[in-house]
Amino acid sequence: MSPSNPLSTTQTVALVFLRLFVGWHFLYEGVIKFHSPSWTAKGYLLSATYLESFFAWLASESMISMVDTLNITALLLVGIALILGFKTRLASIVGIGLLLLYYLAHPPFPGYPQGITEGSYWIINKNLIEAAALLVIFLFPTSKIFGLERLFVKSTVPTQTL
Amino acid sequence: MATDKKLFSGFSRREVLKSLAGIPILGTVWAAGLNTVNQAQLEKQYLLEKLNIKASPPPASGPMSGQPLRVGLIGFGIRGEQLMRALGFATPEWLEEMAKASEKDPNDTRLDDFQAQENLNVKLTAICDIFDIRAEKAVEAFNRNGNSCKRYKTHLDLINSGEVDAIIIATPDHWHAPMSISAIEAGVHAYVEKPMTHSIAETYALRDAVQRNPNSVFAVGHQHRQTLSFLTAQDAIAKNTLGHVSLVVTNTNRNDDNGAWQYPIHPDASPETIDWNAFLGNAPVVDFNQEHFFRWRKWWAYGSGLSGDLLTHDYDRINCVLNMGIPKYVTASGGVYTHRDGRNVPDVMQVNMDFPDFSTGSSQENGKEKGMSLVYSATLGNQFDRGTVLMGHDASMELGNVLTIHADPRSSQYKEMIAEGKIDPVVPIYQYDPSADGVDAVTSATAKYFANKGLLWTYRDGKRVDSTFLHLREWLSCIRNGGTPSCGIVEGFEEAITAHMAGLSYKIGRKIEWDPSTEQIIALPGEDLDAILLDNSVVV
Repeated sequence: MSPSNPLSTTQTVALVFLRLFVGWHFLYEGVIKFHSPSWTAKGYLLSATYLESFFAWLASESMISMVDTLNITALLLVGIALILGFKTRLASIVGIGLLLLYYLAHPPFPGYPQGITEGSYWIINKNLIEAAALLVIFLFPTSKIFGLERLFVKSTVPTQTL
Repeated sequence: MATDKKLFSGFSRREVLKSLAGIPILGTVWAAGLNTVNQAQLEKQYLLEKLNIKASPPPASGPMSGQPLRVGLIGFGIRGEQLMRALGFATPEWLEEMAKASEKDPNDTRLDDFQAQENLNVKLTAICDIFDIRAEKAVEAFNRNGNSCKRYKTHLDLINSGEVDAIIIATPDHWHAPMSISAIEAGVHAYVEKPMTHSIAETYALRDAVQRNPNSVFAVGHQHRQTLSFLTAQDAIAKNTLGHVSLVVTNTNRNDDNGAWQYPIHPDASPETIDWNAFLGNAPVVDFNQEHFFRWRKWWAYGSGLSGDLLTHDYDRINCVLNMGIPKYVTASGGVYTHRDGRNVPDVMQVNMDFPDFSTGSSQENGKEKGMSLVYSATLGNQFDRGTVLMGHDASMELGNVLTIHADPRSSQYKEMIAEGKIDPVVPIYQYDPSADGVDAVTSATAKYFANKGLLWTYRDGKRVDSTFLHLREWLSCIRNGGTPSCGIVEGFEEAITAHMAGLSYKIGRKIEWDPSTEQIIALPGEDLDAILLDNSVVV
């Protein structure tokens, strides 16, 4: 532990791994969609079980291509930022926003249709857990320790053992 | 560069690693994603090239230019109204209802679709309905916007009025052939709803009339012949994708009153507002009966139940894809098991149609495979969707508006590709969904049933089009520009004979045989098949 970083090395390593894992997941989702020209969120949005009219509006003819582009761009940027360790606080907020949208379209609320899932969920599902992970990443930034941002703070932050 | 050098000047290798280690991770994840997508696309590409199925629309029917065609309608009931909309004529009540529906549900585009429909350049000049209320509704609705529509008391008045070039017949089944023959003999083009005829004798009489009058264009209303997925299915069969098809199963599952022909009875129906004798026509004389008039499909005297109303659709769907013609043998069974309300047509019915000499092709040694059964299985007491499946030695094809082909695990044709892992029998080797770019709002359960059979609409260039509109357009184009309708007298003859064989087998309880050399349904000595088919006694 050091004055500027109240966490132990192990704790910091764990946080870095958490950041990398979430970034990895976002980036891979983004890359698959980016390289699949026929991919669209239309079906997911139209099958929404909560806030249906809002999601139907997103899926409407005039909106859907912009929504798809924004979604892919956001997935890629959040993934890149978290992996590289650059603007991770902003990326965390954007990522939480995306995940909450995914969550709200098909929330595992009691009595709501669950569709096809690979597990069993009640109120909390993996989207929400990933959003919580991003909140941790937002509150405990590590990119000045492991990441591009380290380059810019080198003179002010003493070297730490990692 | 100078800045860069300065930036990195105080860094150890360890420092640089901690700063830049994300870059190779980024590259790895991106490359993995790209590779996954490419691999999937390559495999898909390989299969598509191997199967080489063309999802091409049929050639569009010809131009609708020239003098407007004068069309008359006989029968302004449920189907008559639908046909008029496909022709471009909607009642104000319907337009209002649809405007409300689209306000309530933005996905309900029925009004937009109707308004976007191409103008077929026709005048609806004549209408005949023997129920005053409906006839007056039609006259009221269609005497506007530059169209002048006159009511005729009888169908013969309408046909011989000199005011019509073509007629559309949407009446009870027992009137289909008499009206078609009158029109064709008078040189008037005719479009008749299915089933083409109500009796065996009429089937020959109508065919003779059409063949004697080649200038009158005759079409039967099996609109699914315009459905894009069926044309794609034809190509898949032509490419022997399925191998030898030994069994085809088609079904009707409906579970609502409308689907069981319990149509609403109009409160103003009475002997004063309905020309009862005109309704009866060649049917046995009975007293005025509202139920018979509005729910005529429930009695053999006027309708033909599942075999005439719904088997015909499924039979023609398959005949359109396979072109297998009239079955050699038909056996049928069933009963009135779900709506014991005095009807005498069955509401649960199974029909086996056998084609012992027919084959779609083979991937095995010569002569091993030949013959096919088409099974039609129906209930009006359950609406579980069973789908239509063509089962071949090499693959199975599910046929609806979406077409899906799964390889068979024991296929000869795909044996190596399955062994190499290039084909997974549980994953479709081909799927064609013309609506992939759009999601449709379908309203009622019966509408869903029809939509999935390609009977409501199909797609052209990814846009939803009413298949009845395309079918009528094709008929009008043949009248204007020449050509033969896709469901004309040949196809109609096959459809009608098959339906009658099914009805006969149900009634007699015997395997009914078709003799292709004499073109006759084989009867036992002294047996009057038409009398049996039309027998209207009620079985309790």
